[in-house]
Amino acid sequence: MSEEVPSYLADGWTIRSWLLTTDHKRIALLYMASITAFFFLGGAAAALMRLNLLTPTGMLVSPEMYNRLFTLHGVVMVWFFLVPAVPVTLGNFIVPLMIGARDLAFPRLNLLSWYLFMAGGLVTLSALLLGGVDTGWTFYTPLSTSFANGYVVLTAVGVFIAGFSSIATGLNFMVTIHQLRAPGLTWYRLPLFIWSLYATSVILVLATPVLAMTLILLAAESLFHVGVFDPKLGGDPLLFQHLFWFYSHPAVYIMILPGMGIVSELVSVFSRRPVFGYKFVAWSSISIAVIAFFVWGHHMFVAGQSLYASLVFSLLSFTVSVPSAIKVFNWLGTLHKGYVRLDAPMLYALGFIGLFTVGGLTGLFVATLISDVHLTQTYFVVAHFHYIMVGAMVSAYFGGLHYWWPKITGRLYPEMWGRVAAMLIFFGFNLTFFPQFILGYFGMPRRYHAYAPAFQVLNVLSSAGASILAVAYVLPFGYLLWSLVWGERAPANPWRATGLEWKTTSPPPTENFADTPIVTEEPYNYPAPEIREQHV
Amino acid sequence: MSGLLPAASANGPSVDRVLAALLGVSCAVLLLVFGLMLVYVVRYRAASTIDRGRLTDKSWRFEIAWTSATLVVFFGLFIWGADLYVQLYHSSPAALKIYVVGKQWMWKVEHPTGQREINALHLPVGKPVDLIMTSEDVIHDFSVPAFRIKHDVLPGRYETLSFEPTRVGTYDLYCTQFCGLDHAAMTGKVVVLSQSDYAAWLAAQGPTDDLAHQGQALFVRYGCDGCHGGRGTVHAPNLARLYGSPVPLADGRVVVADERYLRDSILQPGREIAAGYAPVMPSFAGQIDESSLLELIAYLKSLSQQAGGVR
Repeated sequence: MSEEVPSYLADGWTIRSWLLTTDHKRIALLYMASITAFFFLGGAAAALMRLNLLTPTGMLVSPEMYNRLFTLHGVVMVWFFLVPAVPVTLGNFIVPLMIGARDLAFPRLNLLSWYLFMAGGLVTLSALLLGGVDTGWTFYTPLSTSFANGYVVLTAVGVFIAGFSSIATGLNFMVTIHQLRAPGLTWYRLPLFIWSLYATSVILVLATPVLAMTLILLAAESLFHVGVFDPKLGGDPLLFQHLFWFYSHPAVYIMILPGMGIVSELVSVFSRRPVFGYKFVAWSSISIAVIAFFVWGHHMFVAGQSLYASLVFSLLSFTVSVPSAIKVFNWLGTLHKGYVRLDAPMLYALGFIGLFTVGGLTGLFVATLISDVHLTQTYFVVAHFHYIMVGAMVSAYFGGLHYWWPKITGRLYPEMWGRVAAMLIFFGFNLTFFPQFILGYFGMPRRYHAYAPAFQVLNVLSSAGASILAVAYVLPFGYLLWSLVWGERAPANPWRATGLEWKTTSPPPTENFADTPIVTEEPYNYPAPEIREQHV
Repeated sequence: MSGLLPAASANGPSVDRVLAALLGVSCAVLLLVFGLMLVYVVRYRAASTIDRGRLTDKSWRFEIAWTSATLVVFFGLFIWGADLYVQLYHSSPAALKIYVVGKQWMWKVEHPTGQREINALHLPVGKPVDLIMTSEDVIHDFSVPAFRIKHDVLPGRYETLSFEPTRVGTYDLYCTQFCGLDHAAMTGKVVVLSQSDYAAWLAAQGPTDDLAHQGQALFVRYGCDGCHGGRGTVHAPNLARLYGSPVPLADGRVVVADERYLRDSILQPGREIAAGYAPVMPSFAGQIDESSLLELIAYLKSLSQQAGGVR
């Protein structure tokens, strides 16, 4: 398109030009390579677990190895894929473009975030692979402090370091969104992806320090026998759970809020309609971020916390699901009277809505006190949170990746393969995790490397689904890489979408925009049906 | 299906009714969401020339409608689930009190009449039960899906789990809080017997001393009676009728002498000093295992039930 301005990809070819870059777009790609590696590592652990669970006696690995596998799976997937995934890749790349800025507010801090992330990741990985940790990603005390080996502390150190990357990213986004919006881009003209990332950043900045403190206390008890959590040393094991979930429940919203933002973008673009109830969707993100801090005790209904605490946490847990329901209804309202196209990103978005709804509704089962008593700590819970954190969240990530792929790489992905992968992921995911709801109702506990023979049929179904899901997750990796070389060159705005990111070239130049854009219209301003031309 | 998972406790059927209601609500919402999605995607596909009519601009009416509908349904579910949950915390005064100790990786059960079992729990049908549970090491969780109950078993404190088996049979018992290497092997059976079979089972365990008697022997062996027996020179509280009664503390508070208080007073005697006594009792932490502690406490409890006691 513009031959005179080289794209950010052509701006330097040396390794140094990548590893010392302060360009948010290049840092996004560094992150993308890193989290992809972590995703496949965590996925490989899951694949081994599902293989092991084909037979009731656990056909593949020893109990010790199985415990290490699910710990590795949880730690890697939560802290090194799900929490950072959308903010540091798509968010990093798109936020400055969407608001008409040249970069994030603190470009060097952004690079430092990546180095912290990698340092944390490598420390944790060395602990998990060399020594092995078998406490589960939740590190419950006193199992993790007084009854486990020293690699727990090394793992925690890695997570601790990576936490600073989270905080720095959240801070960077908040300042950027406050300070660097293009002239005319008022808060209510911001794309909903920006609103959701803003809400995410608030949680990142406020919750991550609590995790850091908890891990310090954990290390103090493990290494120096300071009695904090172990009753034998005068501590209280429930204190750890309170502190841990004070971070880890809001962390669920760190994972899902950016996904919700992506889906708001996709549903609007591919229906060619403004998002229905824009302000409600925007503020629902903020209210989720606020209420998310007051529901942590719903992880502890059978843990021995006070009866009154459980009552309050149950009520608040119902409350936090209301803004989520509002979003789902508004997405449906956006489809209404639209001009709907089912390109691959839209299939991922619709898949997200379906999986998120199942995950949200089964959340009611575990928010209700009496049914939680029966279902918690079983495969029902495993299925529930995978529907949200994996089914929905990874669908949203892939949806956004396909949607912005032409902008990021300057190439179009093969549309047919995109649609096949989207549908295969939806099918494979449901086959993997739906049987686990039923297993949970029948009482199969989670984190068991062997199980009663009566549970085998459903476990085999689940493992069969996992093999389909594995193929479906590898598929985009293949054809997206293929498109880098052989994909058709992308125009500046292949989706004819609104939004500033489409007003520059694909891929954008290092400076993003030749001239600072000026915003004069509302978001998602697609032509009204009466006046739009019909050849869509 | 119910063959796989019977509802074998008094609260089981009511839990299943809540689950059925939740399933009903979920199916209705799923039908609505997937139905609307399908209808809109087909009806308003880009190639369709169907008249889209005027756009709805008064969106806030819809927002208020579906937000309040959601809130009403959620609040109803909350109340229903909370009501049943609160009932779980009511233990019957007539309940059979059985002690459970979890350790890596087995369940140890002690009946009040002295019978012990490992990874098994025999119960009479139709009688309320209180399990008084603690752990020797990490956190475990006592879960019986057929009873729809589950509760964490914590080191350093007693948690009570109340229920009433209503159906004779053998049911699976699981540890459902990850507790280390052989977590998946920390399972057992709960055997619910008819009243007569239960009596026969108790008798068949051979002559045993009940827990309180075993505790009385420990009371002597650990030298507790030296001070608390009333014969020594040390001024120590009289433990008769102590259990269940209010104890004024030196710092002005008043606590009820329950299992927790007795346990803490043995292991950490300096923490809650009874008013009017010098803090001279040594700690027994690390010297008495969980089973012996339970026997000692059973003995102290028996003192408040019978007249007289330690003199």
